[in-house]
Amino acid sequence: MRNWLRHEQHNPISYASLRIPQSAIRNPQSKLRNLVAVPTLANYLLVSGLLFSLGLAGVLLRRNILVIFMGLELMLNAANLSLVAFSRFNVLDGLPNYNGQVFVFFIITVAAAEVAVGLAIIVALFRAKQTTHVEDLDTLKF
Amino acid sequence: MQLALFCAFSILTLISAAGVVFLRSPVNSAMCLVLSFVGLAALFVTLDAFFIGVIQVLVYAGAVMVLFLFIIMLLDLRAEKRRSVKLSSWVGGGIVIGGFVAALTQVLASLPALQATKPPLSNPAVNDVAAVGELLFLKYNLPFQIIGVLLLVATIGVVVLSRKELK
Repeated sequence: MRNWLRHEQHNPISYASLRIPQSAIRNPQSKLRNLVAVPTLANYLLVSGLLFSLGLAGVLLRRNILVIFMGLELMLNAANLSLVAFSRFNVLDGLPNYNGQVFVFFIITVAAAEVAVGLAIIVALFRAKQTTHVEDLDTLKF
Repeated sequence: MQLALFCAFSILTLISAAGVVFLRSPVNSAMCLVLSFVGLAALFVTLDAFFIGVIQVLVYAGAVMVLFLFIIMLLDLRAEKRRSVKLSSWVGGGIVIGGFVAALTQVLASLPALQATKPPLSNPAVNDVAAVGELLFLKYNLPFQIIGVLLLVATIGVVVLSRKELK
C-alpha cells in the first residue's frame, strides 16, 4: 500500500518519462518541480482555512444549536488538518514530525469529550425549554 | 496522481462542509458532516498519517456522528423554518469570513517556504502507530494520563446532566 502510494514519487523511471531534468527534481525551489504534480503545503493550508471559514459560517449564520455544534466540529477538524500537514512537511531524520500527530490525537480526544458533554447539555436544555432554536433562548439576555 | 487525489478529496470535504452549513434539515447536515469527515480522513492518508486517518473515521465518523444522529432522533427536530436571518448577521459573517480568506490567500501566496512539496521519507515502510504510541507513552505520558482523567470527568458530567431531576 505504502509503496504503491509512493511509487511515482520515488521511481526515477517515471520522472524520466516525464522529461523533467534531474536537477529540477533535486532542487525544490525550481519552478519545474511543479510539473511533477504533488500538492504543496500551501494547498493543504488553503483547504484547512476554507474548512475553518465554512465552520465559522455555520456558527455565525445558523440558528439551530445542533448545527452550530457541527460547525464547531468542522473548525476543530480544520485545525487538525493543518497540524497533520505541518507534521508531514517538517521531516526530521527522514521521518514526519510525530509531535504534531500526537497533538492531533489529544485534540480528537478532547473533542469527543466535548461532544458528549455538549449534547447532554443540549438535551437538558430541550427538556427545560422544548426548543433548540437559539433565538428562543433569551433568558440571560440583558 | 497525488495532486488529483488531493483535489478530489479536498473538493469532497469542502462541498460536504458547505452542505452542513447551507442545508436546512439537521439530519441532512449531519449526513454531510459524515462525508466531510471521511474526506478529511482520506486527506490525512495522503499526508502519510495513517493512524490519524483511522482514528478520524473511528471517533468522528463513528462515535461522534452516531451521537449526533441519536440526539437528532431523540429530539425529533424538524427542518428549520424560514426565519429571517438578520441582515447584520449576514454582513458581519461575510466581513469576518471574507477578510479571513483574503488574508489567508495573501499569506499563502507570499511565503516561498509554503510552496515546498513533501520531502521524501527515508524509510517509507515506517510504522506510524508505533511511533505515535511511543511518543504518547514516553514523552507525553503526563498529558496522556490527564486526558484519561478528562474523559472520566466528562463521563460523570454526562451522567449527572442526564438525570431526570436537575437540582
